[in-house]
Amino acid sequence: MRWLLLKDLRILRRSPLLVGMLVLYPAVIGALIGFAVSNPTAKPKVAIYTGVPIGHRVVTLGGQKIDVSKYAQDLYSSITPIMTSSPAQAVADVRSGQALAALIIPSDTVKQIQSLIATGDGNPTVRVVLNDRNPLERDLVQQALQSRVNAVQSAISSQLLTTIAADLRLVLTGGKISFLGRSLDLLGLRNTRTIVQGAVTSLPAGSTLAPALGQVVRFANVAIDGLALAAPEITSVGTPLTIDQTELSGKTTPTASYAIAIAAVVLLMFVTLLLASGMLALERSENAYGRLIGLLRPSQLLTEKVVLATLCALVLTLTMSAILSAFVAIDWSRFGLWVLALGFGGLAFASLGIAVGALARDVSVASLLAFMISLPIAFIALVPATAVSGGLATALNVISFLFPFRAALQAVSNAFTGIAPSIGLPLLHLVVLTLLFAVLARAALTRFADR
Amino acid sequence: MGVADTPTLSAVALTRRFGERVALSEVSFGLARGELTAIIGPNGAGKTTLLSILAGALPPTDGEVRVAAVLERRAGGRDPSRHGLPRGSVGWVPQEPALYSKLSVAENLRLFARLEGLTDPEAAVTRMLEQTGLADRHRDQVGKLSGGNQQRVNIAIGLLSEPTVLLLDEPSSSLDPRQRARLWEFIGELAQLGTSVLYSTHDVHEAQQHADRVLALEEGRLVFAGSPAEMDWEY
Repeated sequence: MRWLLLKDLRILRRSPLLVGMLVLYPAVIGALIGFAVSNPTAKPKVAIYTGVPIGHRVVTLGGQKIDVSKYAQDLYSSITPIMTSSPAQAVADVRSGQALAALIIPSDTVKQIQSLIATGDGNPTVRVVLNDRNPLERDLVQQALQSRVNAVQSAISSQLLTTIAADLRLVLTGGKISFLGRSLDLLGLRNTRTIVQGAVTSLPAGSTLAPALGQVVRFANVAIDGLALAAPEITSVGTPLTIDQTELSGKTTPTASYAIAIAAVVLLMFVTLLLASGMLALERSENAYGRLIGLLRPSQLLTEKVVLATLCALVLTLTMSAILSAFVAIDWSRFGLWVLALGFGGLAFASLGIAVGALARDVSVASLLAFMISLPIAFIALVPATAVSGGLATALNVISFLFPFRAALQAVSNAFTGIAPSIGLPLLHLVVLTLLFAVLARAALTRFADR
Repeated sequence: MGVADTPTLSAVALTRRFGERVALSEVSFGLARGELTAIIGPNGAGKTTLLSILAGALPPTDGEVRVAAVLERRAGGRDPSRHGLPRGSVGWVPQEPALYSKLSVAENLRLFARLEGLTDPEAAVTRMLEQTGLADRHRDQVGKLSGGNQQRVNIAIGLLSEPTVLLLDEPSSSLDPRQRARLWEFIGELAQLGTSVLYSTHDVHEAQQHADRVLALEEGRLVFAGSPAEMDWEY
C-alpha cells in the first residue's frame, strides 16, 4: 500500500494544474461560503430626506416629551444613510442605484403626530420609495425600515398610554395639574365622593337634595371602582411584552470562527471527495485496476485512496486554518482537537469519495459526480432549520444526517472554539458514515469487477 | 506423468456467469512448459474472461485454476486477489496497456516490481529494460511513448517476476507490422527459455504462425484444441 500511496503522490506532483485547481477552487469557495453565511447582513444604503426642522422634532404628551430624532439614530445604525436636500433628490438616488430605498419625512410629520394625540385628528405619514430591481435587496431594506418605524410607533403609543394612565389616576385621586402655564389642584373622584357623602349626612331628614346627592355618590362609587381597575391595565398595555432572552448554550460560536470552520470543511470536502473518487477511477482509466487487483485486495486499494485523500486534505485544511487564524482568533491550544475533527471528517468524506469512484468508470465521471454531490450536501447542511417548513425541514435534516458535511462542521466548529461541551457525538457520527460508505464502495467495486 | 510433463497451468472446468449470461462454460485445458498457445474466437467468445480468470483478476463461478500443482483459484471465491498465494507464477498482460501515463517507464516497472513483492526490484527493472530494449527510454513518461513501446512496457511488467506462465490478451492488436514482428520474436524467445505463453487473438493466421497449439472458443465453450495444422482440417 505504501508504494501505491507514493505512486499517487508522484502522479499528483506531476499534475500541477490539477492540484492547483484542487487547492485553490475549494479554498476560495470555502472562504466565500463561510464568510457569506456567517457575516452579518451588510447595511443597505438608504437616501433620507427629513423636512422636519431641527428643534421641532419633539412630540409632547401630557407632561412627557418624546424626541423622535432619537429613533432616527436607531434607524441610522441599521442602514447606511445618505442625507439628501430634497425629496426629489432622495428618489433620484434610488433611481440611479446609489441607494436601495428612500425615506422621505414631510415637514409636518411631528405636527401631525402631536395633533393626532391631542385631538384625534391627524395623519402623520412618512414616504418610502423602494428600488424594485432586486427583490432580495428590496426585502432587506424594507425589513430594516419597517422595524424602525415600528419602534417609533411603539414608543409613542407606550408613552401615550402611560400619560393616559397618569391622567386617569389624577381624576381618581386628585392632585396638581399644569394647564396653560398655571398650576391647579384637581379634586379627584374619591375626594369628591367623601365631600358629597359628608354633605348628605348633614342634610336634614326629608331633604329633597338627599336622593340627588345619593345618585352622585353611587356614580362616584362605580367610577372609582372602574378607574381603579382600568388605570393599571392601561399602563401595562403601554409596555405589552417584556422579553426575557436566554442563550441556551451560554455563549454562541463567534461568527468569524464559524466562517473558518465552514471554509475548512468545504475545503476538506472538495479535496477528499475529488481526490479519493478521482484517484480510484484513475486506476480504471489507466487500465491498471485489473493488474492491481491481482496483486492487492480490493480493501487495500480502497484504504490507500482514503488515506491519500485524507492526508492531503488534512495538510491543506490545517494550513488554510492556520493562515486564516492570523485574521480571526482561534484557540491554538485546541490544535489536537482540530486534527481529530478534520481527520475524522476527512475519513468520512474520503469514504464517500471511494464510493463515488467505485461507481464511476472513469476520472471525468467520478469528478463530475463528486461535484454534483458535494455542492448540494454543503448547501443543504447550511440551510437553517427555521428557514423552511416542517416537512421540508425534516427531509433536509435526513439528507444532512446521511452525508458527512453537517457532522464534520459540528466537530470542526466545536474543535475550533470549544463552545459546545463535546465533539464526541459528531465524531461518532462521522465514524459510522465512514464505515457505511466504505461498505458501499467495496460492494460497488466488486459489482463492477464482475462485469 | 513425470514432473517435466506436469502442466505449468491447468484450467479445470472453468465456468463464469454474469447474471443470466454464461461467458465461459466448463473450459478445461493444460499448458506445457515452454508451450506457445493461442486462444482464438470471435468477439464475445470468452477469451478475455478466460485470461482474466487465469490471471486471478476475476474469480470463476465454477471450476478451478491450478498453477504448477498449486491451487490458484477456486470457484466461489469473491476476492479476486492472488494475495497470499505464490506470486510470480503467472504474468498478466492486459489488452490495453495497464500503465500510469504520468510515470516514467522505470517508475512503472519499479512500482509493479514492489507490488509483486520481488526481493530485488531494481535488478528486475534493469533486467526488463534490457530485455525489452527500453533501457534508453527508461526516464520517458509512458504517456509520451508510441503505442508499440507502451505495449513493450506492458509486457515487461507482466514478465517482471519471471513467471512460469505468461498470459497476453490480444498483444499485437495495436501494433504495426514491424512492431508485431519484433513482438513475436520476443515472445518466441521467452517460450524457448521455458515460459508457457498463452495469448488471445482474432487473427487465425497469427495463431497458425506463432503458436504450438490453438484453443478455439465459441460462445464460452472450448470447441477446438489442437495444433495449427489440425486446425486447418477441423476448425
